[in-house]
Amino acid sequence: MLFYSYFKTLVGQQVTVELKNDLAITGSLHSVDQYLNIKLENTRVVDEGKYPHMMSVKNCFIRGSVVRYVQLPAGGVEVDILHDATRREARGT
Amino acid sequence: MGSTEAEGLPPLPAPGTALVEELDKKQLIILRDGRKLIGILRSFDQFANLVLEDAFERIIVGEMYGDIPLGLYVIRGENVVLLGQVDPTREVPANLTKVTASEIKQAQKAEKTEVMLKGTMLKRMDFLDDVG
Repeated sequence: MLFYSYFKTLVGQQVTVELKNDLAITGSLHSVDQYLNIKLENTRVVDEGKYPHMMSVKNCFIRGSVVRYVQLPAGGVEVDILHDATRREARGT
Repeated sequence: MGSTEAEGLPPLPAPGTALVEELDKKQLIILRDGRKLIGILRSFDQFANLVLEDAFERIIVGEMYGDIPLGLYVIRGENVVLLGQVDPTREVPANLTKVTASEIKQAQKAEKTEVMLKGTMLKRMDFLDDVG
């Protein structure tokens, strides 16, 4: 649940999601659910020439299971808070 | 699952309800094998199993594209990579020309053989690596 909560704090920010099929999509994070499915708005594919069919897509839903990386904006991670939350979760409190 | 939720967070939405807003709209679905399906999303569940109405597969080869009609499709969720709302005003990919289903199938086949041929050529040259 920790990363679900964490991703929820990132809603509205610009992120780049890289998929396991090497497609990388940039957009503002619209929502995330407990499977870490991600919805992006105002999307732009990083290598547009290679994926012409993505031109007509502006908002998209990405299944959590196909995500390889989520690239965050610089300063998107409050490392101390995340550290703290991780330890709290490990203690089960 | 939701009972151990940290304090101060709103209750969890029901599992996999993220697609509610996409219902009854034209969607482009990318499958794990790279196929692209377009259709109207009629139903879904928490696994992202999908029901598409008036679905067709869109094949793009070079500068050409073609649509192959499929009808009503149920897609098993594990095969879904991405689902995107298609802007109806720019559904047709810019600077691509439409060809018939049989033509695009032929073009796809030709492309496949070409890729395969390239692969076998490279394999035949493998011995050069050993020499060096």
